[in-house]
Amino acid sequence: MHTRRNFIKISSLGLGATSLAGGAIKWVTGAPSPKKISIGAKSASSFKTVSTYCEVCFWKCAGWAHVTEDGQIQKITGNYNDPQCNGRLCPRGTGGVGMFSDPDRLKTPLIRVTKNGEQTYREASWDEALDFVANKMKEIKEKYGPESMGLFNHGTPGKHFTHLLNSFGSNNIGAPSFAQCRGPRDTGFELTFGESVSSPEVTDIRDTRCMVLIGSHIGENMHNGQVQEMSEAIDKGAVIITVDPRLSTAASKSKFWLPIKPSTDLALLLSWIHVLIYDDIYNKEYVAKYAEGFNELKEHVRTFTPEWAYGITTIKPEQIRQTAREMANAAPAVIIHPGRHTTWYGDDVQRSRAIAILNALLGSWGNRGGIFLKEGFKIPDFPHPAYPKPAWSWQDTMNGRYPLAKESVTNTLIEASIPSENNKHQIKGWIVAGTNLVMAIPLKEQLMQALQSLELLVVVDTMPMEITGYADVVLPECTYLERYDDIRSSPHREPTIALRSPAVEPMYQTKPSWWIAKQIGERLGLGEYYKFDDFREVLDWQLKQVGQSLEELERVGAKKLPRKTPLYIEPGMNFQFKTASGKIHLFSKELEEYGFDPMPVYTPHDQPEEGYYRLIYGRAPMHTFSRTANNRNLVALMPENAVWINPQVAELWGLKKDQYVWLKNQDGVLSNFPVKIRVTQRIRWDSIYIVHGFGHHHKPLTYAFGRGVNDTEMISKVSIDPIMGGTGMRGNFVTFVKENPKKEVES
Amino acid sequence: MKEELFASGRNIPNIDPYLNIWHWQIPSYLFLGGLAAGILFFASFFTIMGKENEMEATVKKAPMIVPFALVLGLFFLFLDLKHKLYFWQLYTTVRIQSPMSWGAWVLMAITPLSFVWAASYVRVLFPKWDWKYDILKKFEKWVIANRILIAWPMALLSIILGIYTGILLSAFNARPLWNTSILGPLFLVSGMSTGAAVIMLMSKDHKERKIIGRIDILLIIVELFFIIHLFMGFLAGSEVQIIAANLFLGGKFTAPFFAFVVILGLIFPATLEALELKGFKVPMVVPAILILAGGLIFRFLMVEAGQITRYLY
Amino acid sequence: MRYAMAIDTRKCVGCSDCVVACQTENNVPVGFCRDWVVEVVDGTYPNVSIELRSERCNHCDNSPCVRCCPTGASHFEDGGIVLVEHSKCIGCGACIQACPYDARYSHPEGYVDKCTFCIHRVREGKDPACVSVCPTSCMYFGDLDDQNSKIVNVLKNRKFKSLAPEAGTKPRIFYLV
Repeated sequence: MHTRRNFIKISSLGLGATSLAGGAIKWVTGAPSPKKISIGAKSASSFKTVSTYCEVCFWKCAGWAHVTEDGQIQKITGNYNDPQCNGRLCPRGTGGVGMFSDPDRLKTPLIRVTKNGEQTYREASWDEALDFVANKMKEIKEKYGPESMGLFNHGTPGKHFTHLLNSFGSNNIGAPSFAQCRGPRDTGFELTFGESVSSPEVTDIRDTRCMVLIGSHIGENMHNGQVQEMSEAIDKGAVIITVDPRLSTAASKSKFWLPIKPSTDLALLLSWIHVLIYDDIYNKEYVAKYAEGFNELKEHVRTFTPEWAYGITTIKPEQIRQTAREMANAAPAVIIHPGRHTTWYGDDVQRSRAIAILNALLGSWGNRGGIFLKEGFKIPDFPHPAYPKPAWSWQDTMNGRYPLAKESVTNTLIEASIPSENNKHQIKGWIVAGTNLVMAIPLKEQLMQALQSLELLVVVDTMPMEITGYADVVLPECTYLERYDDIRSSPHREPTIALRSPAVEPMYQTKPSWWIAKQIGERLGLGEYYKFDDFREVLDWQLKQVGQSLEELERVGAKKLPRKTPLYIEPGMNFQFKTASGKIHLFSKELEEYGFDPMPVYTPHDQPEEGYYRLIYGRAPMHTFSRTANNRNLVALMPENAVWINPQVAELWGLKKDQYVWLKNQDGVLSNFPVKIRVTQRIRWDSIYIVHGFGHHHKPLTYAFGRGVNDTEMISKVSIDPIMGGTGMRGNFVTFVKENPKKEVES
Repeated sequence: MKEELFASGRNIPNIDPYLNIWHWQIPSYLFLGGLAAGILFFASFFTIMGKENEMEATVKKAPMIVPFALVLGLFFLFLDLKHKLYFWQLYTTVRIQSPMSWGAWVLMAITPLSFVWAASYVRVLFPKWDWKYDILKKFEKWVIANRILIAWPMALLSIILGIYTGILLSAFNARPLWNTSILGPLFLVSGMSTGAAVIMLMSKDHKERKIIGRIDILLIIVELFFIIHLFMGFLAGSEVQIIAANLFLGGKFTAPFFAFVVILGLIFPATLEALELKGFKVPMVVPAILILAGGLIFRFLMVEAGQITRYLY
Repeated sequence: MRYAMAIDTRKCVGCSDCVVACQTENNVPVGFCRDWVVEVVDGTYPNVSIELRSERCNHCDNSPCVRCCPTGASHFEDGGIVLVEHSKCIGCGACIQACPYDARYSHPEGYVDKCTFCIHRVREGKDPACVSVCPTSCMYFGDLDDQNSKIVNVLKNRKFKSLAPEAGTKPRIFYLV
């Protein structure tokens, strides 16, 4: 196949040889050579500690990089001032050194060239690469307008490029974290309470008396602060109720585990609502005071009895009643956890609404042990001229769909990048920063079409992820341990700010994102937006504006600031929710206006055919998405994923522990690589489970290549949530292929 | 169903999935140690009995190879060490509770003794040999005059060495297959049997071979009895010991153990030896080689299998 | 002074942070580890239970590894911490065979290596790296002779077990169940 943009393996450049430049890495721990410890390892006094916050996941825990005298990062520890980690990083944060010391890191800028009829990359100087990007962007601007440049991002680099694109005149910026992850939850909560639960979530787990996890697996998702607080809650004897078709780690620590039939969660939630209302055990005072639409809701759930739900969910009526009573007993110190990755079946906003409604009926929002009131801390923008107003933006790519999406939907931006007569608005160039779209976005065909149609694709990353193979220009970013970034300002019980500063100079020719964005901006004639030489100046200025100082933050790393508003709703307070009416919307007029169900309705979803099993994917505590699969410190803990199958399934198929099989989905899509079998009682017989983020097919990821299976490639069918565009991904079914299907691997 | 796994993916070389830290070096070392102990015991025994002239191969010839066997064994032990440059640390201390230390010291004592013993017979076997230095000649003279005096400690040390080859393993409580006191006597007997096999190979004297053959049959019977006892003990023991015994009684070591050790290494050669005593013409090289091979394989199997066995928790 | 550790299996989520923290604290080469996490799944769906245990050297009172060491490299330090003196270790592997917990391994540099209870940190008054990093705070480190210590307190108030007590090693790591 002749395509404009062949997938290029970055290793084909022979960069491998230079990969150990910088040399001081003896063990791949990124640490200096081991000392003979006749007594012990190095004592703390011999390290310099530098403030940072973690970039291995979105939780962004504040911590300290411990740097040895010879300038190597020995270890990273948590910052005790930070309520997001309380001095304790998670395994990925502790293993963040592996990101820095990864021998496969991107090292120099690369430009796509055609040599002897074959596409390849050549190493380029920064000037050359940046000029190339700026010239192409100018070209796109002249031909199509600045709006035709799009940005896909995740994490802190996103902010710098968002500023660049906004200055350039485009607002077409998307992140998979909305439509592929938490979007339905945020939309559902906004529709109900007028605001979302943020990130980190404002759940008061520490003081809760009862927590319900439905499809949320704290402990396997290593959302640090929440894991810590759940542990504290266990110590205090809180009741945990977990709804999961799989015995998750959290389920194993729960008083009640409801092993639900997959895809029927909404029925269970509705029957819980039914029990609370019809057994008259909901929080009447709270509902009377703060909620509207109760009568409609009561009427709506009349028939959703536990007996009705039993037939759907396979959860016994008595268990449904008992767990509802547990919640009511604990109310208002109860949390029906909103979850995070909620794009499952395409009716996910409605499911999240049901969760929000349950929280409302129990009175948890604004109460101790429920959901506390968030208070943020605004850091002002560094002075710059007003952004030009784009002629069109991401909302226009929706073409009237997904009316309640408050953030852009990656898929419509991708659609808009495929030339078509229906597309009035065309995106022609992408910057991709810190997200490996190839492993994050389902519907691979569509993504590939878009990638082939672009006139410019710039990828900024620290690692040669799959997406870099499609780039025209690859810009090597230094890791978070080698750069300044924006002040992290997070709402928590107390708003907290944290500083990231470089622990060491960037290795190789890598550069921080702020520098890359600034350089491109200046080349585009946007110098007015970048009136600083060093990002330190920006931070210094910003902190001074809010009465803080960079010097102090360098010393303490993270700082809690006093709250100005109450943490919980206080007696006698005239509390208003952020909805239009100031009340909680049990019945949503907004949804009704757009022609959606104003209250959640259960709809059955597809079930697997014989011989097929529902593909359930999830997280392991030692990995983040697909980005840590090459981190030597973390792969030592989990080098590949395994497919979990129930012993009954194993017997039926004659599969043994540790045997490798290929997976094939309902559309005949075969996995690139074989995956190991884990036979376990922790999973139902109608489902299989794999951890997301493995099965990399990009050879430059020398460790991760070919290990395990990539769940995203098995997701060829998505159910799109009509309310906000979320891509429901849990409706895919797989079967096992025991013999090597000899499928050719893309690279 | 119980499922057990490392959630942290532990996969340490030579430790996981099961222990395999001792490879060929240790069983070879144990084999050579046992063989040397056997030869030295017979040499000193028949010397004390005043039979050195009737038992030429036993007393004079076979001990010639002992110093080489011991040095080779020590070399194998050295090869097993992973921190080789610190080898000398073995000889800076005596650790009463450490079989490894015991072994190092016993070898330290018996190896020079074996050299002296062998050297004192060099001129008997190689009449043209000249010690050149007066002091050596004087020393030789002294040794020859005091052979019985040397034979006593040598006999004692050889028994300690033979038992030690078993105790080295049996001292490890953590490895249920090894953790039985019968292993010391078993390895002693087995070592003596291999020593006897070497003597039979080297002896050209029919009468001497007959004596050694007779002893060897006895040793093999005792050894078989010990082996039966070993497994009876295990089967009457705790769960981990039953699991250990089952490795040989139906498990993956069953075939090699019964084929190469019990039948080809013990019963068959003992039968051949018995036939020879009855007057049948049997080339002695056959049972001798079978016994040696059986003894070596036995130690390989025990070391390999023992490392697999462990406590369950 | 008798140092010991209590680990709450009810709180541990098996994240293995203890393993990474140990690795970066003590320069343990990748592919090796001084501590690890075991998961035991028992029962039949849907009546299943999981036990998660962070394991390491038990710093036994009656240590077979110290006994069998031919050079004295394996020895007791103050507080009963079992250590390996690298410059005395010959790498014979006897202690590896002697340990019922498979807690020791042969370091690529030749000597035998294992958990030190982070003695260098303990002497500075800190917790071992694994204890101080644990997101669930499921590990307690302290002195069994100090009646006011947290570890004595949890051991008084909770049911606990140790691993392979029948091996007679008198381990000093206790699992709260």
